[in-house]
Amino acid sequence: MAILIDKGTKLVVQGLTGREGSFHALRNRAYGTQVVAGVTPGKSGQDVEGIPIFDTMRDAVESTGADVSLIFVPPRFAADAMYEAIDSGVRLIVTITEGIPAHEMLKVYNYLRAKGVAMIGPNCPGIISPGKANVGIMPPQIFLPGGVGLVSRSGTLTYQIANELTQKGLGQSTAVGIGGDPIVGSSFIDILARFQADPETKVIAMVGEIGGNEEEQAAEFITREVTKPVVAYIAGFTAPPGKQMGHAGAIISGTSGTAGAKKEALEAVGIRVGVNPTQVAALVQEAVAEL
Amino acid sequence: MDLYEYQGKELFATVGLPVPRGMVAVTPEEAKAAAAQIGGRVVVKAQVQVGGRGKAGGVKLADGPAEARSVAEQIIGMDIHGHTVHRVLVEEASDIAREMYAALILDRGAKKVLAMLSGIGGMDIEQVAHEHPEALSRVWVDPLAGWSDYVSRRLCFGAGLGAELVRPMSDVFTKLWDAFTRYEATLVEVNPLILTADGRLVALDSKFSVDNNSLYRQPAVAAMRDVEAADPQEQMALERGVTYVKLDGDIGVLGNGAGLVMSTLDVVADAGGAPANFLDVGGGAKAEEIVSALEVITSDPKVKAIFFNIFGGITRCDEVANGVLTAVAQMGITMPIVVRLDGTHDVEGREILAQADVPNLFVEATMLAAADKAVALAAGRES
Repeated sequence: MAILIDKGTKLVVQGLTGREGSFHALRNRAYGTQVVAGVTPGKSGQDVEGIPIFDTMRDAVESTGADVSLIFVPPRFAADAMYEAIDSGVRLIVTITEGIPAHEMLKVYNYLRAKGVAMIGPNCPGIISPGKANVGIMPPQIFLPGGVGLVSRSGTLTYQIANELTQKGLGQSTAVGIGGDPIVGSSFIDILARFQADPETKVIAMVGEIGGNEEEQAAEFITREVTKPVVAYIAGFTAPPGKQMGHAGAIISGTSGTAGAKKEALEAVGIRVGVNPTQVAALVQEAVAEL
Repeated sequence: MDLYEYQGKELFATVGLPVPRGMVAVTPEEAKAAAAQIGGRVVVKAQVQVGGRGKAGGVKLADGPAEARSVAEQIIGMDIHGHTVHRVLVEEASDIAREMYAALILDRGAKKVLAMLSGIGGMDIEQVAHEHPEALSRVWVDPLAGWSDYVSRRLCFGAGLGAELVRPMSDVFTKLWDAFTRYEATLVEVNPLILTADGRLVALDSKFSVDNNSLYRQPAVAAMRDVEAADPQEQMALERGVTYVKLDGDIGVLGNGAGLVMSTLDVVADAGGAPANFLDVGGGAKAEEIVSALEVITSDPKVKAIFFNIFGGITRCDEVANGVLTAVAQMGITMPIVVRLDGTHDVEGREILAQADVPNLFVEATMLAAADKAVALAAGRES
């Protein structure tokens, strides 16, 4: 099982011929992911280490049966790439690109939802189902197959926590970096629902940060829909209001969006919140022991 | 990025949204000249990006140029909730019959544009929402559909405004939507939106925030960035393209990845220390990138120790270790630097640092141990 991606995933990479695209796609393939196609307009007939290139997403999907797209194209072309992916028939899009204008994402999001296509990102590290498939830029050596579902708004913080889990022998079913932008394709709630439905996932670790009210909405969703134990972490207790902490989404405006408010909302519904990544791993271990 | 009132009004004017006639002044003399040119009664308004300026004495009426000069003298240089006033906006005084509120907000939760209208304006909208919920009307607009006049009608009737206001209000919202989309705003707020005694709707104030990710294609807005108001370190970081936020402690913090750096700040605070900044070096391990980041951090005279927190993913810790050594040698930094290396090639990275035997360089394997060490070093408890 696992969520979103597994051994059967057929991946097409938009921007495969670029430096980033080829570097990461080949790493994904080396991990065992079936990378079946790349798309770069005007380069059909070529290949990247045996991966065939197509001019359009439609051609790539029709020729190879690709069902997931990974996007590496620069921010100013990313919305176009996402629309092309949505219209090509893939079921899932993973957009790594950072710096896409929010107004474009607003439209892309509403189009995605209308078409019933799922998306992870933008501005995200991607997805890994350890032992099965890796789609994106996550370093696979720090992950271990197992029963912890990990979902996070950040990249290196995901690695930090995954590594602490792995060192304790707590493997992961799937780790998903949903992205640090204000508007991303999938929210915590979307991923929590998938982990809840996945028989392989036993415990869920949710890594949030300041900004927005996604963690608060997740807390409310968990009380209604999630029966599996959830452990959470929130980064940014020391962040001052009005300052953007790196991620475009990590900004506290007004009184909402603070780490304290998020922690309170999660704890109010009985979710354990760790004060640092090391403690999060310990709390997950505790939750696993209680199963 | 947040704009000043006068900048927001400049953008309003480009879409035809009525604003009072006004001019910006940086000196009392300029304020006097502006008042003379505008004629009659004027309002002198402090340009600061913080609320509550009226109560703080940052907005004053003046009858003519001489008085405009004297009130500008009081306002320029004033401190309003920690913000120094560098400029004032001198505007023609308006004859206000009614104050209302209008806004468009990029609603990240709903993934729509939230349009709001209230028949009560001039006060904090949270207060209006709390005390007069019936006066505030809200409609979420699908960005794929764009603005439609029916939205204006729903807003007007929803806020209990009379039918006679529907058409002029629809005109205001169409222009507001134009400004919101043309300049890729995350927020445009007009508070108050006034109805003048002669029946015109005028934007008396503006709050305008734009999406930083869109600045590359918004040259007019990007040119409004106020580098001079930024703190010296933040200005230096901006020029170098480094993601930096100034805080007020004495431990310089840098790491790779925004989430990890935020977490590092929290861990330092938990260990009893005070972080001096947030700095994300990104995926870079090259010596010049590390030098660039360390120069920003060490230019803050309060910094007594540095905590460099790296989790190696694609970036390898041995490469980072070599980058750190080159940077430290090149810059001749003497203050203590705690380096925590974990993840890909961490053992090799720590070994490289240990063998280099730099006296002010301390190597740790975990974030928590490194935070404790940095806090102790900054407090002078260890050396």
